[in-house]
Amino acid sequence: MNEGIAARFHARCGQFALSADLQLPGRGIIALFGPSGSGKTTLLRCVAGLQRVKDARLVVNGDCWQDDDRRIFLPSHRRPLGYVFQESNLFAHLSVRRNLEYGMRRVPSAQRCVARDRAIELLGIGHLLERMPAGLSGGERQRVGIARALMTSPRLLLLDEPLAALDTARKREILPYLERLHEELSIPMLYVSHSPEEVAKLADHIVVLEAGRVLAEGPLAEMLVRLDLPVRFGDDAGVVLEGAVVERDAQWHLARVDFGGGCLWVRDIGAAVHRRVRVRILARDVSIALARFASSIVNTLPATVVAHGDDDHPALVLVRLRVGSGSLLARLTRQSAARLGLVAGMSVWVQIKAVALL
Amino acid sequence: MSLDPGDWSAIRLSLELATLTIIVLLLIGVPIAWWLARTRSRWKGPIGALVALPIVLPPTVLGFYLLVLMGPAGPVGQLTRALGLGILPFTFPGLVVASVFYSLPFVVQPIQNAFEAIGDGPLEAAATLRAGPWDRFFTVALPLARPGLVTGTILGFAHTIGEFGIVLMIGGNIPDKTRVVSMQIYNHVEALEYGQANGLAGGLLLFSFCVLLALYSLGAGRRVWR
Repeated sequence: MNEGIAARFHARCGQFALSADLQLPGRGIIALFGPSGSGKTTLLRCVAGLQRVKDARLVVNGDCWQDDDRRIFLPSHRRPLGYVFQESNLFAHLSVRRNLEYGMRRVPSAQRCVARDRAIELLGIGHLLERMPAGLSGGERQRVGIARALMTSPRLLLLDEPLAALDTARKREILPYLERLHEELSIPMLYVSHSPEEVAKLADHIVVLEAGRVLAEGPLAEMLVRLDLPVRFGDDAGVVLEGAVVERDAQWHLARVDFGGGCLWVRDIGAAVHRRVRVRILARDVSIALARFASSIVNTLPATVVAHGDDDHPALVLVRLRVGSGSLLARLTRQSAARLGLVAGMSVWVQIKAVALL
Repeated sequence: MSLDPGDWSAIRLSLELATLTIIVLLLIGVPIAWWLARTRSRWKGPIGALVALPIVLPPTVLGFYLLVLMGPAGPVGQLTRALGLGILPFTFPGLVVASVFYSLPFVVQPIQNAFEAIGDGPLEAAATLRAGPWDRFFTVALPLARPGLVTGTILGFAHTIGEFGIVLMIGGNIPDKTRVVSMQIYNHVEALEYGQANGLAGGLLLFSFCVLLALYSLGAGRRVWR
């Protein structure tokens, strides 16, 4: 069993202690999620070898990068990884082109599998090659940083809050590029973020960190419907469903998405029929009714109550529901839950006020 | 205002001394600056203070101790004699050694500041782009520290041209061997040859002004990168 990332790091640094023992999939985007100071960046730096801790072990898809029991420690420059920094860290004395070539030229040509032109095209930076980093916008700098890391043909791509230093408009500019990487390259990525939106959009697997400890870890869809964790997403608690576009209604500009056991109507944003899409449904946008009745809400689906749990405010509860093969979370007042007499196994109707196509 | 052969000899000697000194200073000053900028060792403070001493010490103090150390009875003097190099004081090589100590902080400090200003970011980025420690130093740290290197070189060169006290203590006043421009000016003044003193002193004044002008214009250019 070679596939996967095994990481064990225990470090103490003053008040802060990091303790992680993880078995992660060796593919897809793995989000390291948690508030500031939870140790996400420290964990990422340990994986990169930029920070060295004692008693650590790291095996990436069969290759041992660090094992202190066997006195193995590969320095960062010997690890086949790419690292995208929060502040991009482009070399100010080199043009964009020479920044991009810096890493690529240090990788033997036999090991290059991400073609230079492919990376430039993926990140849309072809027109920037002769510019100096000082003349780039924040978003452009970050795209060059990502391309520079990709061009070393990494076996693992590490991204340290690559969008955190950017404003909302610039974030929107970069996210599609990250999604393309996800769809078109088979490089596993560790993605540090404290933004539920980014995690919902990109991640396949999530590691939730708090105060240096791993709180929970698992596939994104499973993790988001756990009643003990969504609290940490606060207002952004909700689920992500993956499905395929099955129908487009030209008259009302809507598209129907089948997510296995149920269908949702969403605003048609031009995704072709059969295209797989992700939708996000926030718990606060889901309400529960005992009977189906006419309303302005488009998406009303039959569902079964699975369980309910406490929310962060005592007036609220989170209810987990099963809809076909998928799960939903609804945020209700405790009073409503009592009035409806919600118990596990009960059949109800869910009304979904908003579905965000990711 | 005319320069006599003695003056020209002094100018040639000053330029030779400054050139040789700055070459030695860059060879030892860059590693010291790098170490001081990157280390977390508890020796950083003491070593940094030692390097900076010539800024506050009168050159005569430094010259005196170098004279004692390198003289026939001093440990360095006995070493150089055992190695067949002879005794350094009152020779041109002795003057180079003394100048290196005297101008060290003027070279090390600007370079150290430049290294510190780079921060960890670009070097860590280079490490994740497969560059080893030496590779990172030559392809990232040195090019990014270029303004500091230029400043250090100019300051070290100019400071060596202008030294007097330490030349007096270590070099003496030997024509064609250790009599540099500043000594020659002193000799002219002692001999009441004010016109000739003025010729050399004015030249030195102009030289220093041009050096500083170049430095401050460079300082404006540096901000393009940061």
